[in-house]
Amino acid sequence: MKILLMGNPNVGKSVVFNRLTGVDVISSNYPGTTISFTKGSISIDDKDHEVIDVPGTYTLEPTCKAEEIAVKMLDDGDIIINVVDSTNLERNLNLTLQLIKQKKPLIICLNLWDEASHTGIAINEKKLENLLNCPCVPCCAITGQGIKELVNHISSSKPSNYYFDNSKRWYEIGNIINQVQKITHKHHTFFETLSDISIRPITGIPITIIVLFLTFSLIRFIGESLIGYVFEPFFENLWAPLILKFSTILGSKGFIHDLLIGKLLDGDIDFGQSFGLLTTGLFVPIGAVLPYVFAFYIVLSFLEDSGYLPRVAVMVDVIMHKLGLHGLAIMPMLLGFGCNVPGALATRILETRKERFISATLMSIAVPCMALQAIIIGLLGKYGFTGLGIVFFTLFLVWLILGLILRKLVKGTSPEIFIEIPHYRIPYFPGLLKKIWIRLKWFIKEALPFVFLGVILVNLMYSLGIIQFIGNITAPVVSILLGLPKEAAGALFIGFLRKDIAVGMLVPLSLSLKQLIVASVVLSMYFPCVATFTTLIKELGIIDMLKSAIIMIITSLIVGSFLNLILFFL
Amino acid sequence: MDNIKSLVQLSQGKKAIIKSINGGHGLIQRLDALGIRVGKEIEKVSTGIAHGPVVLRCGNTEVAIGFGMAQKVFVKEV
Repeated sequence: MKILLMGNPNVGKSVVFNRLTGVDVISSNYPGTTISFTKGSISIDDKDHEVIDVPGTYTLEPTCKAEEIAVKMLDDGDIIINVVDSTNLERNLNLTLQLIKQKKPLIICLNLWDEASHTGIAINEKKLENLLNCPCVPCCAITGQGIKELVNHISSSKPSNYYFDNSKRWYEIGNIINQVQKITHKHHTFFETLSDISIRPITGIPITIIVLFLTFSLIRFIGESLIGYVFEPFFENLWAPLILKFSTILGSKGFIHDLLIGKLLDGDIDFGQSFGLLTTGLFVPIGAVLPYVFAFYIVLSFLEDSGYLPRVAVMVDVIMHKLGLHGLAIMPMLLGFGCNVPGALATRILETRKERFISATLMSIAVPCMALQAIIIGLLGKYGFTGLGIVFFTLFLVWLILGLILRKLVKGTSPEIFIEIPHYRIPYFPGLLKKIWIRLKWFIKEALPFVFLGVILVNLMYSLGIIQFIGNITAPVVSILLGLPKEAAGALFIGFLRKDIAVGMLVPLSLSLKQLIVASVVLSMYFPCVATFTTLIKELGIIDMLKSAIIMIITSLIVGSFLNLILFFL
Repeated sequence: MDNIKSLVQLSQGKKAIIKSINGGHGLIQRLDALGIRVGKEIEKVSTGIAHGPVVLRCGNTEVAIGFGMAQKVFVKEV
C-alpha cells in the first residue's frame, strides 16, 4: 500500500514523515523545503507500507512545478494522510475538501496543535471528525505527540462520504469553521511585532544587512575556532606523529608511501603540501573544510527553522528583479554557499525556465561553496582583508553584472514573487541538531570519495607527467592571460573533481597575493565541480547546461585576465 | 464606487475588504488557494520600496505578492 502525506506548504509534512518512517529528511520553516518526493516505509501489523512525503500544495489545481509533482503523485496513492496546519485551519481545509473529492481513504493530521492552543485557537476535533466523516488526529509532530494515534487509524481508514458542491467550496468551509473553531482574541504577540518590523522595508532592510553580516561573522568565528583549537591541534599533535611512524615502516619512500603519505618536507609532514591520502587527503576535507561546513549549517539551519529566510526573499526582491529573477531566488544562492548541489536543486522553487537557467548559472559561477571558501580563507586570510575582500567583491560584481546581462539575453518570462510568509518559531533544538547532523553526514559521504579520488589523480598525473603536459599546452592562457605559473593549470583540471583540493594544489607553487586572488576567482567561476555539474544537467537539461558552461568559461577568462591587468599594484 | 483603490494605494497598516481582482485566472486561483478572495478582509502589512512586493495579512495567513499583482487587487478601506 502507498501512503501519501499531503498538505499545504510549510505545515510540517516532512516532520510527520520523519516520525512515521524514521527516514531523515530536511525540514525547515519556509514553504518549499521538499522539492521532490521522498520515500520511506512503515510497518503496521507486520506489513510494510510505502510512505511518500509529497511536496506541499495549496490546491489540486497546480500553479507551479512542485505542485504539479504533488498532483501527479495523487493517482498512485492508496491512502492519504492530509497534514493540516491547525493555526490556519480555514485555509488548509480548502485542500482537504479537494482531497475528499478524490474518494480515497483519508486521515487528517491536525499538526501544530500546541501552537494553535497557545495562540488562542480552539478546534473541536470530534465535531470536525463527524462533519467530514474521516478521522482527525491532533498532533505535534516535532515532539511526536499524536503520531501513534495517527498510525492506529491507517489500516482502518476509508473514503469519506462527505458531500458538498465543489463550486461553493469556500462557503462550505466557512460553515465548517463556524461550527468547529473558536478564536479567543489576543493582543499582538512579540513574534508578530517582530514579523512586522522585519518585513517593512524601513526597518527590514537594515535588519537583513545586520543578520547577513552576523551570519558571516559567526560562521567565520565558529569555523576558525574549531580549526584553531580542535582540528589543527589534533592533526599536528596526534595524527602527524602516528603517520610519521607509519612512514618509517613503509621505508619513507616508494609509490605506496607517496600515495598514502606523500612527500615529506624536511623529514616532516606538511598537511597542505604532502598530498598523500592520509595526510592532505584527510586534512583538507576533515581538518580544513568540515569545521566551516559545520559552522555554516548551524547558522543556516537556525535561520531556516526560525522562519526568517522568506523575509529576506521579500527584502531582496527588487534587486533580484533586475537580474530576471524574483526574491525567492535568494534561496538557491544561500544554500549554494554551503554546497552548490543543494543550491542547484533549490532552483526548482522558481517557476519558469528562464529563472531556473539564470539562477543556476549565477549560483554556480559566483557562489563559492563552503569547501572552496574554507581553503580560500586559509590561503588568503594571512594577507588580511585585502585579498579576501577583492575575491568576494569580484564574485559579487560578476553575479550582479552577469545577471543584468542574462536578464536581457535569456528568452522567457520572469514572474513576480508570490510567497507565504511563515510565522516566526523558536527552532526545536533536537530537530535542529538532527538536521545539522543529516547535512554533515551527507557532506562526508559526498565529499570524501571525491577528495580521495582527487588526491590519487594528482599523484598519478604528477608522476606520469600529465600535469606538466597540460601546463605546457595551456600555457598561453594560464601564463599570459591570467599571469599564473603553468603548473596552476593542473589545479584547473583537478578543480572539476573537487575545488578545495584544486586550491590546495596552489600551496606549493608559492604564488604572489595577486596570483592567489586571480587563481581563487578563476577556480570559483570557471566550471562547476562534477557533483554540481551532473545535478545541473538533470535540472537544466544538457543543452542549457552546455550554454551555461560556455558562459562560465568565457566569463572566468575575461574576469581573470582583467584582474591580472588591474591588480598590478599588489 | 468611491473609496475603491488598489492594494498598492492602500496605506500600510490599514484594513480593507477585497472588492475585485482584475487579474488573469492564474492570479485569482493562486490567491484563492490561500483563502484570499473577493469579500475577504485583509490588512496591508507593508509596501516594498521601488515597486517592491506588497505584504498582506488575511486571517492567519501572511503573503508577499509582487507589485504588479497588488495593482490588480482592488479593495475598499474599512
